[in-house]
Amino acid sequence: MGASFDSQYIVRFDDYIEDHHDRVGGKNASLGTMLHAGLPVPPGFAVTTDAYATLRDHPDLVTFVADAIGGLTEDDTEGLRRASRAVRERIEAVPVADDIDTAIRTAYAELSRRCGVDDVPVAVRSSATAEDLPATSFAGQQDTYLWVRGGENVVTHVRRCWSSLFTDRAMAYRLHTGYAHTLISMSVGVQKMVEPTAAGVAFTLNPSDGDRSQIAIDASWGFGEAVASGEVTPDNFLVDKVMFEIVSRTVSPKTVEYRLTGDCVERVAVDGDRSTRCCLSDAQVKAVAALAKHAERYYGSPQDIEWAIDRHLPDGDAVVLLQSRPETVWSNKPRRSVAEPQQGLLDSIVSTLISPIHTRDKSPTVEE
Amino acid sequence: MAKDRFPSPFEIETPPGAEGWQDLYPYSAPFSEDRREYEESVFWFQDSVHWGAVMTPWVSTFMEHALSSLSQYNTRHYVVPPAMGVDFRVLNGYCYLAPIAITDPEVIGGRVPEFMERAGHYFANWDQLYENWLGKIKATIAELEGVDFTPLPDREDMAVITEGRGVGSGWNLQAEYHRFKDLALKVWQLHFEFLNLGYAAYLDFFGFCKQAFPNIPDLAIARMVAGVEVDLFRPNEELKRLAQLAVDLGVTDAFAHATAAAVETQLAATDAGQKWMQAWDDAADPWFNFSAGTGFYHDDLVWNTHREVPYGFVRDYVTQIQRGEDLARPLDQLRAERNRIVSEYAALLASDDDRKAFMEKLGLAKTVFPYVENHNFYVEHWSHAVMWRKLRELGATFVKEEFLEDVDDIFLIKRDEIDEALYDMYSAWAVGGQTRGPVYWPREVARRKQILDALRDWEAPRALGKPPEVITEPFTIMLWGITNESVSNWLGAEEGSADLTGFAASPGTVEGPARVIRSADEIGELQDGEILVAPITAPSWAPVFGRIGAAVTDIGGIMSHAAIVCREYGLPAVTGTAFATREIKTGMRVRVEGGAGKVTILNDVTEAADTG
Repeated sequence: MGASFDSQYIVRFDDYIEDHHDRVGGKNASLGTMLHAGLPVPPGFAVTTDAYATLRDHPDLVTFVADAIGGLTEDDTEGLRRASRAVRERIEAVPVADDIDTAIRTAYAELSRRCGVDDVPVAVRSSATAEDLPATSFAGQQDTYLWVRGGENVVTHVRRCWSSLFTDRAMAYRLHTGYAHTLISMSVGVQKMVEPTAAGVAFTLNPSDGDRSQIAIDASWGFGEAVASGEVTPDNFLVDKVMFEIVSRTVSPKTVEYRLTGDCVERVAVDGDRSTRCCLSDAQVKAVAALAKHAERYYGSPQDIEWAIDRHLPDGDAVVLLQSRPETVWSNKPRRSVAEPQQGLLDSIVSTLISPIHTRDKSPTVEE
Repeated sequence: MAKDRFPSPFEIETPPGAEGWQDLYPYSAPFSEDRREYEESVFWFQDSVHWGAVMTPWVSTFMEHALSSLSQYNTRHYVVPPAMGVDFRVLNGYCYLAPIAITDPEVIGGRVPEFMERAGHYFANWDQLYENWLGKIKATIAELEGVDFTPLPDREDMAVITEGRGVGSGWNLQAEYHRFKDLALKVWQLHFEFLNLGYAAYLDFFGFCKQAFPNIPDLAIARMVAGVEVDLFRPNEELKRLAQLAVDLGVTDAFAHATAAAVETQLAATDAGQKWMQAWDDAADPWFNFSAGTGFYHDDLVWNTHREVPYGFVRDYVTQIQRGEDLARPLDQLRAERNRIVSEYAALLASDDDRKAFMEKLGLAKTVFPYVENHNFYVEHWSHAVMWRKLRELGATFVKEEFLEDVDDIFLIKRDEIDEALYDMYSAWAVGGQTRGPVYWPREVARRKQILDALRDWEAPRALGKPPEVITEPFTIMLWGITNESVSNWLGAEEGSADLTGFAASPGTVEGPARVIRSADEIGELQDGEILVAPITAPSWAPVFGRIGAAVTDIGGIMSHAAIVCREYGLPAVTGTAFATREIKTGMRVRVEGGAGKVTILNDVTEAADTG
């Protein structure tokens, strides 16, 4: 573990602990918590609220903001727009304090080294703190900058996130609620962009019969879009959730893939030989299944996840979780018990003998 | 276009040179015009799980004992509602079986209360009854050991006179043989005292798991039930212990010799070596009454008497110990893993009612399972080793009287013919006249050997007659793993298909070169990392499992001994593929997917050596 981080300004997702919560914001905290729970989100770090506060509390800026916003009302649309532009320009122009600038660049360089990529492409996005959550839901959420490369650019985009606290709508909202502009705070997340060799989805049950002991995986070459959009028939795997055995495997011709060319994701044809090859090794199938199982445990209900195999991360850590949602089809139906009420063990043996299992219909685990 | 039936037994011809094969078996064993209508109405399958090769008269005797005993427990003891026994026939020297189902729902219903009372008693008192059983089987084996086939003396001992015994050695010898015959049947009665009920309890748990989790791998269910310390694994564990002892005592050099005699000569020369031999003797009875085959055939090598086999395994284990490998089974780890599997599946169930039923059924399955796992050692290995040895002692008596040329010729004489031969021997001894045996039996044995040779390469059809619409007879499914699916596979099988499917018997995926092994004496040919392809494997092959990549068998289900041992040794295995030894040739590269029950031939190299 790199120990050289200025923990006042930078918290690596891997190093996240509960105490950091208020300084890294909700989104970063959840990424850190997921990593701790064994859910391998792409690596990255949080630029803490302390970094923003240093800038925010600089006397020059305090005065500037007070002057620009003083006297405005929430319905003064034109005034708000003007003030927003002025404050945002100012925030993006003021030099970041040396120690903060160095901290961000050092953390970014370390992330690049860890991924084995010079100037690794990252996503830079705001991570709101609790008190400002409603306001940033107008502002910050939109501020995700993808495929950002290089230390200089990362610092620039961190500042863009900070300045997004002063969009006209965010300011109007604060005027409406009476929350002080000078007290708000923000953390920014910097996270590796995933560049998948293969990607897809996984369900923590068998979608065809609701069997909870199985994990179903769809996978194809490149970015997950090919699977999500239905443009390819993906390779399909069924893995037993307890034994971690691949109980079935269907390899299909995967004719297109989405892959990164320069800074663009392009749709390209897959040549014949590769298209018919299985896009995951057995170890990768099991790693995806392990990830899905963890997600289900963590969220406490069957999940529908998006995952990818990142080409830059080392083999054992290459499977990353992109998204986890509750599964909705089978989870919303009542489950039927298999045990016959009031049936003793011996009665059950008798019915087993009279009607052996293979002659019965495979029973769905859910009532119609 | 798939066929819908197998040939009738009455369409099957006798291979040239095998005419008169019926003389090797009881009059009731072959198919006959006398009950043709019944025999043609029934579906017969060749029991390659137990008797896949041609049977000598004595192999057939134990087949008949086994099937009669199995049947009587269904039919007369426990009154299993939907099943009578399993009928058996011999055709061209091969064993064919027909489980008799009861299909009339009213009859089935009428049998239920009786079954519940009788089986209920066993399930309720299982542990105590199993303890008793261990006592009974050991006492029976001790009785067998005591059977005395000493040749007839020239003069009766003086004690016969002074004690006024009134009966002589001729009577004794015949009485001993009668006792032997009765004990042989008794062994098989004991074999089935628990087995059918044990499988029924297992199947109930199995069915519950399959309903709760339609895609659960069979091996997961087996894993939850399987014992950690099992008598069937004990012989191999003893070998490992003795290998460690050889290292500790510094006597490993002795095992470089190829013959048991040479090994023992070297060991006997030093104190340390003698110490090792003492330790061997202490373990040998009972644990090395262990057959290199299934135990059903008298030519299966037994460790105790063919010690070059286990000495070879000791040599392999010594090498592994010297390489620094840990041969000990991690018992705590195995238990912890079993507990993990159970608790995870339990947590995935739909309700607390299900969890309660699951744990109850698992509890019963685990109660019955020690018997299911262990009986094989006590009966097929230990009892059979003693019985084959005793018959050889009787053979030696016949050789002495020149009835037979070779001790093993005894196995070519039917059990009731031995009565006649003994009487011939006895009466001539009594009279002081001439026996017919020394002329009659060598001629008859020679004829029988020719017949068996003609039958050995005969390709027995997998099944005979028309399969039923739905196979519901529970023991067909449980003991032989025969389902509608496997029967239609047999009917539809085309030569040369690239994929084989079978039971997902033990997890893991492995690719490697195949080696086809058709009998126990070929297992020495196996090279490290090869994939063993065999008609069936025996528990005593376990020592080579550390070196091979995976195992594939023609025959056997998820609870077959091969499957149990493969899981135990962490070896990927697919069992019951039906055609593996026919489709796969030594040297082909194959991929074994133990978790999916699939075997793929990767390159069908024509230059692959064909050992078949």
